[in-house]
Amino acid sequence: MTSQSLQTAGETKIRFAGPAKSQPRRPRVRFDRETTTKVLFVVPAGLFMVLYFGYPVVKNLTMSFQDFTTKTFFTGEAPWIGVQNYVTVISSNLFGPAMLNTALFTIGSILGQFVIGMALAVFFNKKFPLSGFLRAMLLLPWLLPLIVASATWRSILDQDSGILNQFLGTFGIPAVPWLTSPSVALIAVIIVNIWIGIPFNVTLLYGGLQDIPAELYEAGALDGATGWKSFWHITWPNMRPVVSVVLVLGVVYTIKVLDIILGLTNGGPANATQTIAVRSYQESFVNFQFGVGAAFSNILILISLVFAIIYLRANRRAVDE
Amino acid sequence: MATTQLTAPVNHAAAQRMKNIRTRSSTVLGIIFLIIMLFPIYWMINASLQPSGNTLSASFLPLNPSFAGYEKAIADQGKNLVTSLVISLGTVVVTLAIAAPAAYALAQFKFRWISWALLAILIAQMIPGVVIANALYAAYNDLGLLNTYTGLILADATSAIPFAILIMRAFMMSIPPSIIEAARVDGAGQVRAFVSIALPIAKNAIITAALFAFLFSWSDFLFALTLTTTDEIRPVTLGIYQYLGTQVSNWSAVMATAVLSSLPAIVLLVIAQKYIAAGATGGAVK
Repeated sequence: MTSQSLQTAGETKIRFAGPAKSQPRRPRVRFDRETTTKVLFVVPAGLFMVLYFGYPVVKNLTMSFQDFTTKTFFTGEAPWIGVQNYVTVISSNLFGPAMLNTALFTIGSILGQFVIGMALAVFFNKKFPLSGFLRAMLLLPWLLPLIVASATWRSILDQDSGILNQFLGTFGIPAVPWLTSPSVALIAVIIVNIWIGIPFNVTLLYGGLQDIPAELYEAGALDGATGWKSFWHITWPNMRPVVSVVLVLGVVYTIKVLDIILGLTNGGPANATQTIAVRSYQESFVNFQFGVGAAFSNILILISLVFAIIYLRANRRAVDE
Repeated sequence: MATTQLTAPVNHAAAQRMKNIRTRSSTVLGIIFLIIMLFPIYWMINASLQPSGNTLSASFLPLNPSFAGYEKAIADQGKNLVTSLVISLGTVVVTLAIAAPAAYALAQFKFRWISWALLAILIAQMIPGVVIANALYAAYNDLGLLNTYTGLILADATSAIPFAILIMRAFMMSIPPSIIEAARVDGAGQVRAFVSIALPIAKNAIITAALFAFLFSWSDFLFALTLTTTDEIRPVTLGIYQYLGTQVSNWSAVMATAVLSSLPAIVLLVIAQKYIAAGATGGAVK
C-alpha cells in the first residue's frame, strides 16, 4: 500500500526531475550537492549535541579550575586558581560522607531494584490471563514525575500520621522517624528509589527472558531441571549479558539521582543523605560556588565514565552473543 | 511439569483443571503484586480527596471526598500546570524536528562516522543533568535565556533528543533501502524521500519518541529549579517542590497537585500502552 502510493508520487515527480538528472556532464557537482543534503540531515542534531552536551562538559572542566562565583556574573572575571576547587572539595568534611552515601545509595538501590525486578520479570514470563496488562501498569511509578513520587512518599513516610507508621503500629512497632532521623533517612530514600526503579528493571529483564528459547526449558525439564534448578542452570547463564547491561545502566542512572533526594530530604537531616550529586547542586545553586560545584560534577562524570566504558563493553558482548 | 505431561493423556481433564487453577492463581498473585506496587499512587489520590488540613490522618477510603484540595491546587498551581504544558509541547516539537532527520540519516545514509555518532549519543545520555545545569546557568545568564520558555524547552530537550534519535533510528533501520532507492530513481530528492516515505513508515516510533519527550519534559525538575529565578515561568514540578518547603501546611492541596501532575503519565499509559511499552525497552539497550 505504502510503496504503491509512493511509486505514483515518484512518477509525477519524474517529469520535473528528469532533465536535471540526465545531465551527464558534471557528476562531481551532483555528488557534492547530494553529500551536502545528507549532511544537512544531521547538522541540527550535531549542533544541539555540541551546545547542550559538549559545551557543558568542557565548561564544567574549565569552571572547576576557576574561582567562579556570583561575582563573576557582575564583573565577568573568573580568576584561574588551579586545583584549589578540588582541594576544597576533598578537604571538606562533607566529601567523605557524600562519597559513602553515594556508594550506599547506589548499591542499595540497585540491589533492591534488581532482585525484586528479576523476581517480577520471571513471574510475568509465564503466560497467564491479564499478564500483559498488569506488566504494563507496573510501569506507572517510573513514568510519574520524580518530584510527585517524592511528595507522595513524604506523606506516606511522615512520622506521626503517615500510613506506613500507622500500618507498622498495628503490629506494635513504634513510629519510625523515616525522614527526620539521620540513622534511617538514607534507608528511606533508598526504599523510595527502589520503588521507582523496579519497573525499568522488570521491563529490561523481561525482554531478556523472552529471548531465551523455550526449547532450552523443555530440554531442561526432561533432565529434571525445574523451578530453582532451571533458573540457576538455564535462566541465569542465558541472562548474563542482559543482566550486566541492566546493572551498569542502573549505576549510571542512580549515581546522578537528584530530584528524589531533594524532594524527600534536601540532603538532610544532618547531612545524612548528602551525595556527590546533591553536593554539586548545593555548591553551585545554594552557595553559588560554581567552581566548587563543577569540581563535584566532574567527580560524578569521572565515575559515570568508568561505568560507561563497562557498559559499552557489556553491551557489545550482549549484541555479539 | 514433567509429571503432569506424562499423566496428561490418561487424565486429561484433571490436568487441564490443574493448569487452569495455576494460571488463575498467577493472575491473582499478579494483581496482588500490582496493588502493592501501585499503593503509593492510590494513597496519593486518596490523600488528595481528604478535607484540607495540615494533618495526614486520612481514612483508608475517601468516603466523604472533599475537593477543597483541588480548588486550592488549581488556584495556586493552575498557571504552573499551563506553563508545564507549554514547555512539554515545545520540547516535543523541538525534539522531533531535530531528532527525526538525524535518526533517518543514521539509519539510511552510509556515513563512515556513524558508530562514533552513536557512541556520542550513548555517552550523552549518561551525562548527569547537574553538569548541564551548572554550565547552562552561566551561559543562559549571559544570553538572557534564564526564565524563558525557549531556555527551558531547549534544556528539557537534552533528556529527550538522544533517546528519540536512538528509538527512531532503530525503527528506520527496518525500512528496506530498496524502497528509498526506488523513490530516488523516480526522481524524489533526499528530503522528499524522508518526508513522504520514511516518516509515514516510522509513524509508531515517532509517536513513541513524542510521548517520551513530553513525559521527560513534563517531569523535569532540575532545569526548572536551576534555570528559573522568578515566579513568572514556573513549571508545576517546581510548584510542588515549593509546596513541600520545610513544613507542609496543606497536604490535600499538595496531593491534589501531585495527582494533576500525574495525569499525563496515567492517561498516556492507559490509552497509548503499546507506544509506552515500546519506548521502555527500545532506547535503553541497543
